[in-house]
Amino acid sequence: MIGQVIFLFLLIAAVAFFTRNARRIYRNIKLGKDEKRNDQPGRRLKTMLLVAFGQNKMFKKPLPAILHLFVYVGFCIINIEMLEIIIDGLFGSHRIFSFMGPFYSFLIYAFELLAFAVLASCVIFLIRRNFLRIYRFGGRELTKWPRTDANLILITEVLLMGAFLLMNAADSKLQLLGHYPSAGAFPISQHIATILPENVDWLIGMERAAWWFHIIGVLAFLNYLPLSKHLHIILAFPNTYFTKLAPKGKFENMPAVTGEVKAMLDPSLPPPTTEVGRFGVKDIHDLTWKNLLDAYTCTECGRCSAACPANITGKLLSPRKIMMDTRDRLEEVGRNIDKNSTFQDDGKSLLDDYIKREEIWACTTCNACVEQCPVNINPLEIIMGLRQYAIMEESQAPASINAMFSNLENNGAPWKYSPSDRANWANS
Amino acid sequence: METTFHIPTAAEMLAKGETPDLLFWVGCAGSFDERAQRITKDICKILNHVGIKYAILGTEESCTGDPAKRAGNEFLFQMQAMTNIQILEGYAIKKIVTACPHCFNTLKNEYPNLGGNFEVIHHTQLIQSLIDEGKLKPADGHSFTGKRITYHDPCYLGRANEVYEAPRKALEILDADLVELKRCKSNGLCCGAGGAQMFKEPEPGTKDVNIERIEDVLASKASIVAAACPFCMTMLRDGVKMKDKEQEIQVLDIAEITVAANKI
Repeated sequence: MIGQVIFLFLLIAAVAFFTRNARRIYRNIKLGKDEKRNDQPGRRLKTMLLVAFGQNKMFKKPLPAILHLFVYVGFCIINIEMLEIIIDGLFGSHRIFSFMGPFYSFLIYAFELLAFAVLASCVIFLIRRNFLRIYRFGGRELTKWPRTDANLILITEVLLMGAFLLMNAADSKLQLLGHYPSAGAFPISQHIATILPENVDWLIGMERAAWWFHIIGVLAFLNYLPLSKHLHIILAFPNTYFTKLAPKGKFENMPAVTGEVKAMLDPSLPPPTTEVGRFGVKDIHDLTWKNLLDAYTCTECGRCSAACPANITGKLLSPRKIMMDTRDRLEEVGRNIDKNSTFQDDGKSLLDDYIKREEIWACTTCNACVEQCPVNINPLEIIMGLRQYAIMEESQAPASINAMFSNLENNGAPWKYSPSDRANWANS
Repeated sequence: METTFHIPTAAEMLAKGETPDLLFWVGCAGSFDERAQRITKDICKILNHVGIKYAILGTEESCTGDPAKRAGNEFLFQMQAMTNIQILEGYAIKKIVTACPHCFNTLKNEYPNLGGNFEVIHHTQLIQSLIDEGKLKPADGHSFTGKRITYHDPCYLGRANEVYEAPRKALEILDADLVELKRCKSNGLCCGAGGAQMFKEPEPGTKDVNIERIEDVLASKASIVAAACPFCMTMLRDGVKMKDKEQEIQVLDIAEITVAANKI
């Protein structure tokens, strides 16, 4: 009985705490500017099913894709087992679903295989991350915390799956010894059971300990999500749903500029009356909510940076860092709001305090980062916004870019040629 | 490389009371860059050869504004765009072909929202449709038979607009030894010129992007690398030069390959 009360308390606390953090993230994302991303629901749903649910972009790299698929399917399906664990925990029952007989055995059988696949995949991931030299697991933005974060997630999953299998192992042995009625099938844990002691009390202790470890671990993990890069397991779905559907090469035109340019070209038009805020992006308030959702969705896998022509040729730019910086700055602004109820100027901004000019000017706008992202994050939009701020608000560009602008203005070409010579090729 | 035929401008046509069926948007590189001018002329040869009623804007053409936009200068971009739209509409232009993927992308994707609605194709798409219609076919004994040829996807044609097949189609009919680069199609590596990089020095790093890319070309062991963008052309040629491979590797535009293979 006391166990049930403790369980109920833990469950409520975990859900309440998670809800609080989830609401905070929702509030932070809403700090971004409005942008319409709810047209063409059919196409959006299809994108979400293909990219998030079906993980099709992961398969650009087959080996990690298959291992990740094990972890993903394992995670989803073992959550059915979680349902039984929660019911057992609340009502003090034992394997409440075992009334399903052979089907139950089939389920447990499948769960065990998946649990083992998850465990093995996570071990391989740990080895890849810590012992193999894989380009995308390096990079100067992967400082101590992001590395620890990644390892913590993998180790937690290994421990959770280990506890699940140990629980089943002790349980199956108790079933053999006649302590529990026979239920389930244990293709993996039967091998662990052979090395367990014969003592019933020991086995019960082990089974209970593993049960509690597993469920507390899962609840703790749930609450770790909002603090970590692992949030992608939830946000991948909305993030792919709200993907930009236009061709990747299409950069949105700024409507505020259109009004002004029209008035300049045709003086008979009334000058635009709408107050223009800020051109481009200096801080997170200038980004759209989708840019901010992107930042929270990023799981720092580094596929973007490994494909970035600037990054792989040693430039400072790393699209992954752009996303990590955006999230870090957003979290900082969020804490500021938590403390002061509205944002109080802290003298900092995303540009310069987090992202350096040298980074944004190294971008070739090639869209490789956008193409590679398995959850359709768009670092390029943020980079472009920062450039627009540097140019249109500050007139700060590399000197040769300014020269290109003045050529364009004066000659209608980015080079210093006379427009009257433009068609000379046709007569030569 | 001299053209033996007259290249009509939209203004000349208007004077005769005609409108072109297709406007050839030459672009700044195609107009002023000596290497790109050869591609421009070859496209005119193709248009002339198949008898399309086309025109260029001549001195009335001006930059689409792409480099300004990618560098963050939205004002300059929209100024260019609206001026160009006025001129194109003045000549009642419906359909545009261009040899530059940057012009192509901007005209096709970024002009409509400013009032410029045209059907825009890239010259590789034009070549593909002419091949499909049987109007272009390689002549007997052309020089590409058996040659090892690879193709570099320009970012603004490939990833940006998902045109991957049209340029390949123009190579597939050559009876050549075609080979893909390690990074190709949606995974293609940029030449290093996009996003206004063409007009500035690269940021400090360990290597230039075009060198990284030309190493893919070297690894493919191709003797010809086909391009479909004047900026890629410059970057790839510089890469070949830096690697001292000018004797072994030729960089040719899809239009040049088509003209040579068809012996136009």
